[in-house]
Amino acid sequence: MDIQMLAEEIPVEGEHSLEGIDFITSGEQYLAFLLGEEQYAIDILCVEEIRSWENPTQIPNSPNYIKGVINMRGIIVPIVDLRMKFNIGKVTYTDTTVVIVLTVETTDKTRTIGFVVDAVSDVLNVDKSEIKPAPAFGGYVPQNYLEGLVNAGDNVVTILNVKALQAVEPHKLS
Amino acid sequence: MSVDLSQFIPSFLEESFEGLELMESSLLNLEQGDDETINSIFRAAHSIKGGAGTFGFNGVTEFTHLVETLLDEMRDGRRNIEQNDIEILLESVDCMRLLIEAIRDETECDSNKITETSMLLEHTLALDNSVPANANENSVSTSASDSDDALSKWQITFIPEHHLVQTGNDPLFLFNALADLGELILDANCKELPALNDIDAEELYISWQLTLSSKASEAEIREVFEWVADECQLVITKEETIDELASIEPEATGDSSKEAIINGQVESTAEQHVSSAISADKNSSPPPSEKTANKAKNDLGSIRVGVDKVDSLINLVGELVITQSMLSELGNNFDLSKVEKLNAGLEELLQNTKELQESVMRIRMLPISFAFNRFPRLVHDLSKKTGKEIELILKGEQTELDKTVMEQIGDPLVHLVRNAVDHGIEPAEVRIAAGKSPKGTITLNAFHQGGNIVIEINDDGGGINRQAVFDKALEKGIVDASTTLTDTQIFDLLFEPGFSTAKELSDISGRGVGMDVVKKNIQSLGGRIQVESETGVGSTFRINLPLTLAILDGQLVKVGSETYIIPLITIVESLQPQKDLINRVSGDMVLYRLREDNVPVIPIYSLFNIASEFKDIESSLLVVVEADGQKIGLMVDDLLAQQQVVIKSLNDNYQQVEGISGATILGDGSVAMILDVSGIILMAHKKSELDQKHKKNMHFTPTQQISEGANV
Repeated sequence: MDIQMLAEEIPVEGEHSLEGIDFITSGEQYLAFLLGEEQYAIDILCVEEIRSWENPTQIPNSPNYIKGVINMRGIIVPIVDLRMKFNIGKVTYTDTTVVIVLTVETTDKTRTIGFVVDAVSDVLNVDKSEIKPAPAFGGYVPQNYLEGLVNAGDNVVTILNVKALQAVEPHKLS
Repeated sequence: MSVDLSQFIPSFLEESFEGLELMESSLLNLEQGDDETINSIFRAAHSIKGGAGTFGFNGVTEFTHLVETLLDEMRDGRRNIEQNDIEILLESVDCMRLLIEAIRDETECDSNKITETSMLLEHTLALDNSVPANANENSVSTSASDSDDALSKWQITFIPEHHLVQTGNDPLFLFNALADLGELILDANCKELPALNDIDAEELYISWQLTLSSKASEAEIREVFEWVADECQLVITKEETIDELASIEPEATGDSSKEAIINGQVESTAEQHVSSAISADKNSSPPPSEKTANKAKNDLGSIRVGVDKVDSLINLVGELVITQSMLSELGNNFDLSKVEKLNAGLEELLQNTKELQESVMRIRMLPISFAFNRFPRLVHDLSKKTGKEIELILKGEQTELDKTVMEQIGDPLVHLVRNAVDHGIEPAEVRIAAGKSPKGTITLNAFHQGGNIVIEINDDGGGINRQAVFDKALEKGIVDASTTLTDTQIFDLLFEPGFSTAKELSDISGRGVGMDVVKKNIQSLGGRIQVESETGVGSTFRINLPLTLAILDGQLVKVGSETYIIPLITIVESLQPQKDLINRVSGDMVLYRLREDNVPVIPIYSLFNIASEFKDIESSLLVVVEADGQKIGLMVDDLLAQQQVVIKSLNDNYQQVEGISGATILGDGSVAMILDVSGIILMAHKKSELDQKHKKNMHFTPTQQISEGANV
């Protein structure tokens, strides 16, 4: 494809309609994914990449939901199975099982951690005002991981707090 | 034009600290005295003053000015160099360091010491000074910054290089900025302008002669030219006699005459301008690529690398590129006849990568003189304090060591040298009585041995009193009266927390904190420390350190489906256990008889809770490793290759894991854990304690854990 053709591809205002392309939005974008039958979402700006599942190297004496570490372009990245951590769904590793790698910057540290989920489903445009607080009863997911709930069509999507996700609870030799 | 100078502050700080180090070491050598040394001290002080002036650190400028004045007198031979003066100058260097550290940490520094020392300096200057005007010294320090009250006339010759505009600089901006400072008269010189046909539109052919009447100081004017300083010839002179502009005459003459008094002689005024021009140039040329990371405010984190190292790196990259293109061409139309060529190419690639790796590692290497440099001063001060005459000998200063290791070995070394002065070297009377020279000798020696660097701290003092150490240990309840200890065991007691044999505490050492910290620091670097001592002859502390923390030689081992790496340096030997040498003692502890020693066997699989192919100890392999003076046998399924591995921290994205010192990436892209042998020993201890407790509670008869593993 030569440059001329490329230039024609670029939409020009008035000539091509931008309607239907939702990269211009007022709200925040969230990456939605599946844990078992349930939909969850995280802030898309924290997503470093989405990888297919690969067998990680085990970390000795780690909790069972920490599957190990992988090599992501020279960086050692720990892998957390969110289904095991939150006790949701069945833990199987299939073709759609993916690892969402998040990079979260906190005041003292930047961590890159991969999270195993059943599938990535959608990108949601959510206005802050649409996020409702999660009810504080029931459920396996500890309250501090929940940022809120949002309605997407017929489904309710739980938005997770990335800061809470990146905090690795220290564990000791059992 | 306003330039954000703050981005250069880290470079200034770094240069200043280097300058201070240079001043200090030169001052100590000055005791023998020569012109070249005093010149280099003067230059260092002057650079710091100039730099501080640029950034507006008036405290430093004022103080350094006093130091500089004293040095200037020494340099001109107007003052004899006396021991007393050197002490004051050393004190001043300390003060300057305090001041600069305060800037770095953005704190207020303790002004008492500064005031005291500057009083002392002024006193010294006033005391026996042949130049009468120096009584005004006090006003000098302030006049440097206050002189901008008066209008003065500056002649600026600005000859830009032809490509100046291509770097995004526009002389017009500079002139506008100058015009903001005061009244500007421009005179353009078009002599170099070529014929119209030859003119390159992107080149600049004009130079300027500027006349500026302004209250601004030279530093302020230079600041305008900060960005183009590398790309032009710039001469800034201050006109001493101003009569063209009547309006500024009174102040200006006042100012210039004042300056003449300050410097005592007229020619030195000119000299000062020239030299400050040099220093300003120097300060405006740090590489602009150096970014200031806010996080690393206190850690400058840059490194100076010799050009030769960089050149060799570039050569290697060149070779690598050639090999790569050769291989990719081979891959384009590959058939089996070219296998040999492919192998040769891969071989070359291996060679290239190895060399590249070594070169890159060499960049992190610095001569150990960086760590040794502080010792002449330290010993000088300590010998004054203790009244012992001590000579310090430094050997092997060019031995190179990884930067990180260097930074962390400094404090332990200081501690050991202090100990050597305080406890090692005896007072002169004792030495004479023992038939030794009254002057004690401390030797710092560094050399390479295998993949390690060895640092020795040797003193020719009285040696370690074994009985005193033993008694002290008895008193502290560390040992029983009945135990007999070998020399090594006795010396190891020195590294116990809270241990000190000094009869009385001094402010130098002997508080009993430290030696344990020394050992801990060295161990955290993957090194070890040994002590040798002979009564009446002296002691030697020998530190063994790995050359680098970033790469280690490892033995790959297999346990179950996992690959682990054992640092080669810890491995004593690897062997296939023989049945009759395996002993089980006290229930479930397995010992392996290795010649004279009984080595406890630790099965990695059970310690790490992983599945293993392991059936019984006889069919596994035993890797005997040693750490902290203890040997243990690690049970593994298989020995794989030996290779160098790059250490990656688990802590970055996860957390420290017990028994694991880090991770690395193997050739196939997978991650392997590096075992931390001393950590494993600790874990095994804890585990056995836990097991014992557990069994006591459950009233179980001790089971043989390892043979049990065979059934699971």
